[in-house]
Amino acid sequence: MTDLAAPVSSTATRTEVSQARQLRRRYAAERRFRLYGLAAIVVALVALLVLLGSMVGRGYGAFSQSFAALEIHLDPEVIDPEGSRDSEVLLRADYGKLVRDALLARFPEASGRRDRRALTSLISTGAVDELRRLVLDDPERLGTTTALWAPLSDDADSFFKGRVDTTTAENTRRLTDKQIAWLQEFDAEGKVERRFNVRFFTSGDSREPELAGIWGATVGSFLTLIVTLVTAFPLGVATAVYLEEFAPKNRWTQVIEVNINNLAAVPSIVFGLLGLAVFLNVMELPRSAPLVGGLVLALMTLPTLIIAGRSALLAVPPSIREAALGVGASKVQMVTHHVLPLAMPGILTGTIIGMARALGETAPLLMIGMVAFIVDIPRGLNDPATALPVQIFLWADSPERAFVEKTAAATLVLLGFLIAMNGLAVVLRKRFEKRW
Amino acid sequence: MSASVVAAILLLLLLSGFYVGRRRAFASVGGRVRELHSLPNYYGFYVALWCGVPSFLVFVLWVVLEPRIVEAMVINGLPPEVQALPPERLGLVLNDIRNLATGNITSLAGRDPVIEAGAERYAELRGIGLYGLLGTALAVAMAGLTMGRRYVAPRFRARNAVENTLKVALLACSTVAVFTTIGIVLSLLFEAIRFFQKVPLHEFLLGLEWSPQTAIRADQIGSSGAFGAVPVLAGTLLITAIAMAVAVPVGLFSAIYLAEYAEPRVRTAVKPILEILAGIPTVVYGFFAALTVAPMVRGFGQTLGLDVASESALAAGLVMGIMIIPFVSSLSDDVITAVPQSLREGSLGLGATQSETIRRVVLPAALPGIIGAVLLAVSRAIGETMIVVMAAGLAANLTANPFEAVTTVTVQIVTLLVGDQEFDSAKTLAAFALGLMLFIITLMLNVVALGVVERFREKYD
Repeated sequence: MTDLAAPVSSTATRTEVSQARQLRRRYAAERRFRLYGLAAIVVALVALLVLLGSMVGRGYGAFSQSFAALEIHLDPEVIDPEGSRDSEVLLRADYGKLVRDALLARFPEASGRRDRRALTSLISTGAVDELRRLVLDDPERLGTTTALWAPLSDDADSFFKGRVDTTTAENTRRLTDKQIAWLQEFDAEGKVERRFNVRFFTSGDSREPELAGIWGATVGSFLTLIVTLVTAFPLGVATAVYLEEFAPKNRWTQVIEVNINNLAAVPSIVFGLLGLAVFLNVMELPRSAPLVGGLVLALMTLPTLIIAGRSALLAVPPSIREAALGVGASKVQMVTHHVLPLAMPGILTGTIIGMARALGETAPLLMIGMVAFIVDIPRGLNDPATALPVQIFLWADSPERAFVEKTAAATLVLLGFLIAMNGLAVVLRKRFEKRW
Repeated sequence: MSASVVAAILLLLLLSGFYVGRRRAFASVGGRVRELHSLPNYYGFYVALWCGVPSFLVFVLWVVLEPRIVEAMVINGLPPEVQALPPERLGLVLNDIRNLATGNITSLAGRDPVIEAGAERYAELRGIGLYGLLGTALAVAMAGLTMGRRYVAPRFRARNAVENTLKVALLACSTVAVFTTIGIVLSLLFEAIRFFQKVPLHEFLLGLEWSPQTAIRADQIGSSGAFGAVPVLAGTLLITAIAMAVAVPVGLFSAIYLAEYAEPRVRTAVKPILEILAGIPTVVYGFFAALTVAPMVRGFGQTLGLDVASESALAAGLVMGIMIIPFVSSLSDDVITAVPQSLREGSLGLGATQSETIRRVVLPAALPGIIGAVLLAVSRAIGETMIVVMAAGLAANLTANPFEAVTTVTVQIVTLLVGDQEFDSAKTLAAFALGLMLFIITLMLNVVALGVVERFREKYD
């Protein structure tokens, strides 16, 4: 560009050559610049792919679980020596012994104390519970021999999932050569099956990876979100309506607006500190409860909801308001009968997105104690509970190798919920949002 | 019977209040609705408000006060030697009483006559309290109903009254956000002041040593704990700097590409995919950092012959950078597309290539917005918790080496507050001091960011 202004030099050809060279340079710079942009996008997309890929790669295994068929003789002498068939007796019987005996009968070569322990550790302690349930369901089975599909322990399970490298030295892995030989023998008889891991979706947390499930955390998340929705939605809509439709433009309104914008950028952990100081210490609400978690998350998502609500209200054209006022509606009637229903799809979309954010939030919940090891499924708003993301955090911290798989699987479930919620928001927007 | 039954009864009364008001409005004009000032429903709402609001207030008061009153009365009824116990022991006794009375822990039965007597009294008082609530709330609701009903007349402006109440309610809702901020500031300040009574402010702000572990035995080394926030803050800034080194170039360049080069089809496809990165929960990023990225960084460092900590600042910073990419890119995208087309056309018309136009015309015009976006991203990175909790270290370490483990403000808050807490130890209170610092820093960054955007925005129209 600047060359045009330069004085024309003596030899025209030299200028032409240098101009051509400069042009080439500029075009090369152009291509380079464009490439940087493309590279940036590729980097971001690759990061996303690697993240999702590593979650799927590690997590899909947790959706199945290995079971081994054990022939168990339901010895009445062990379960119910007095023959009373009392459910209390049946409940407290030593089923562990039955499982151990069946296993030892199958592999008589395991004789020593250490061998026996190594053998019985291959079967999960959950087998005992299943056997108990079997007997309690039908006490008539006593004395017969049943085939029980017993869940394998986490180490044996990861062997069948191909996660145990048998070529390494024996003392560096969690399974000994003997244990592996037993497992292979079992497998060769066709007595090992991999089935869909129902327990993962139906049970609460556990110290044993093969027995741990996400149902408790899911229910906790659900209860927490209910509280969040019930608190934040009315407050958010009311605030948005007030600020957008009724508020006079004065200093007080300005304070509220600035305040909401700043609140939206406050780190989530600070809301946790607020919850700890106000809800737990001052108001003495129960620790670890979905009630408190929901309230904290409600305060956190409130600014998001208000901002989304205001933009949805703003999108309703003034002509609708004028028409309503023109036919004699009061201002409140104009808002409640016309503006709010028209803005509702947008408000709902914003609400769902806010709820999705609240569902993925962990840090404030750590502050109010929803981070305990809780086996029971929470049944009310005051029961101790965890939430899905907190469960992921807890499992990720766990030293057991097999929890890695569970953590990744729980992550996939959480991402599934988030995708479903965001998808719903998109559908809602596409289907109901009007463009004027 | 429980409090929820009382609430249900009150709700029923509310509905009947609405019905009564409506009926009376009809009756007052003999069915000629046109003679009423407002639509009949408004008279219904009016009576329902009279019926509902006072009884609701009674209900809330009861929910808040009842447990305390009952507790005080139970304590008064206990034998004097129990009453003389220190408060925390008394709390345990009270807990046992409560558990026994609600039947949570039946094994307590028959162990201690004092607790049993207390539990009996507790249950009795709660029962009385509940009936008291039912009686009071019902009386208040009925009184309200009759009061409201008396106002219903053809000339009465029910609609205005209802609408004014609604407006007041809306105004009250909009103050919740303000009260939240006040609550945050007060709760942080209150605990932080208690902390600064134990640890002087200058020691906190200027101290180079952070080891909040207070010893169990008095003669243990480091039993006093050291509360110098500088290394913690430095660790936060190191990780934030790494994150910004990833997020700013990648985010900015992808925004430029999407806004200036990409075809509309590519743009509509890629933008939502980038937004997915923003929607992934931070705990997932933390898991990803600890599981995949940290070993990768470690392995990479080892091939270079470097000694990399397994909780290196680099791994946490990289993943945090990935998380912030969409934040930078979507905000920059907005400001870049807001630059008027005429500027671009002018530059292209003078013979500049597209990249020259972007670098010399579009970016300078969009710069205030981009700086604002970057500042907001920095505030986001400083306040980010889960990634660093899961992937960064716990021990404070004053270093600028990205391969070493450092700790951050948020990590310290979490480690100090998760688990058992005593609310008079400096260790727990330190978390609130850190929280206050975090709040002030992020708030200042936001204010500055918004200020930059406002102040330097070029106005074209």
